[in-house]
Amino acid sequence: MGLLDKKFENSNIIITSLEGVMNWARLCSLWQMSFGLACCAIEMMAASASHFDIMRFGVIPRPSPRQCDVMIVAGTVTLKMASRIRRLYEQMAEPRYVLSMGSCSNCGGPYWNYGYHVLKGVDRVIPVDVYIPGCPPRPEALLEGLMKLQEKVRSESLVEEKAA
Amino acid sequence: MALEPKEIYEKLQAAFPDISVEFDEAVPCIIVEPMKWKTVALFLRDADDLKFDSLMCLSGVDNGDGNLVSVCHLDSLAHRHKLTVKCVVPADDPKVESVEQVWRTADWHEREAYDLIGIEYVGHRDLRRILMPYDWTGHPLCKDYEVPEFYNGIKVPY
Repeated sequence: MGLLDKKFENSNIIITSLEGVMNWARLCSLWQMSFGLACCAIEMMAASASHFDIMRFGVIPRPSPRQCDVMIVAGTVTLKMASRIRRLYEQMAEPRYVLSMGSCSNCGGPYWNYGYHVLKGVDRVIPVDVYIPGCPPRPEALLEGLMKLQEKVRSESLVEEKAA
Repeated sequence: MALEPKEIYEKLQAAFPDISVEFDEAVPCIIVEPMKWKTVALFLRDADDLKFDSLMCLSGVDNGDGNLVSVCHLDSLAHRHKLTVKCVVPADDPKVESVEQVWRTADWHEREAYDLIGIEYVGHRDLRRILMPYDWTGHPLCKDYEVPEFYNGIKVPY
């Protein structure tokens, strides 16, 4: 338990701010609603498996949008699916974050030119916090994107208005 | 006993003197009148020496010269011979008789050909889009297709 041990040598009192504690609690238990749509879903499954172990970051896959903090959009988003993604995003409770994983959900990916049925980037229907490039991104890239999201959560403020 | 496409063509000519059946030597395939296709299909499936009990694939093709083609690949498991059948229709009135009740696999294949190429299958019991969203306009795999600017408020092109 690293640095925390040293603090507990003489007394067991930690002084911090409410913001610090709440942000720390939120960032190390980001429950995910995984939107595994296509090939990036395989890399997301690999990240959840034992070698890369996304669960050590506190990320548990939950089936329902009501119980999640982060939605990882992994894979090609078709126009048929876009309205469903919008609906599920609106059902998530705040604070909610979106991780766009892979080329297809960032910008349409390899289908950007001739894909008449592909949504060119999931940010056309929902607001995205972190974009992870790759086709597909390695599990380590997904973990790095998750850590960037954790940085974003760490610096959030309780008092200031968040952009809607 | 496996038959050559030419022999099957001669049997069809003999059995249906009043339906236009042609033979394309190059492919080789049989070209049938579109609105009489189901009668010929039932004969192909049920005749003892033909017995085409398996429809391997049914696809739609846009020729680019104003014609749409519905191509069927048939296979006989009993006699081990194969056959290709085409129905050519003009693009402004693309009606082909449906063989969904002859080979049930044609159900989804014909829905796909309708969705992507635009061929209407007369007599199909449930002809609706299968791949594109139900309220999509246009048939994407036609050669003269233009990508729409917006779909339900979402911008489509890059």
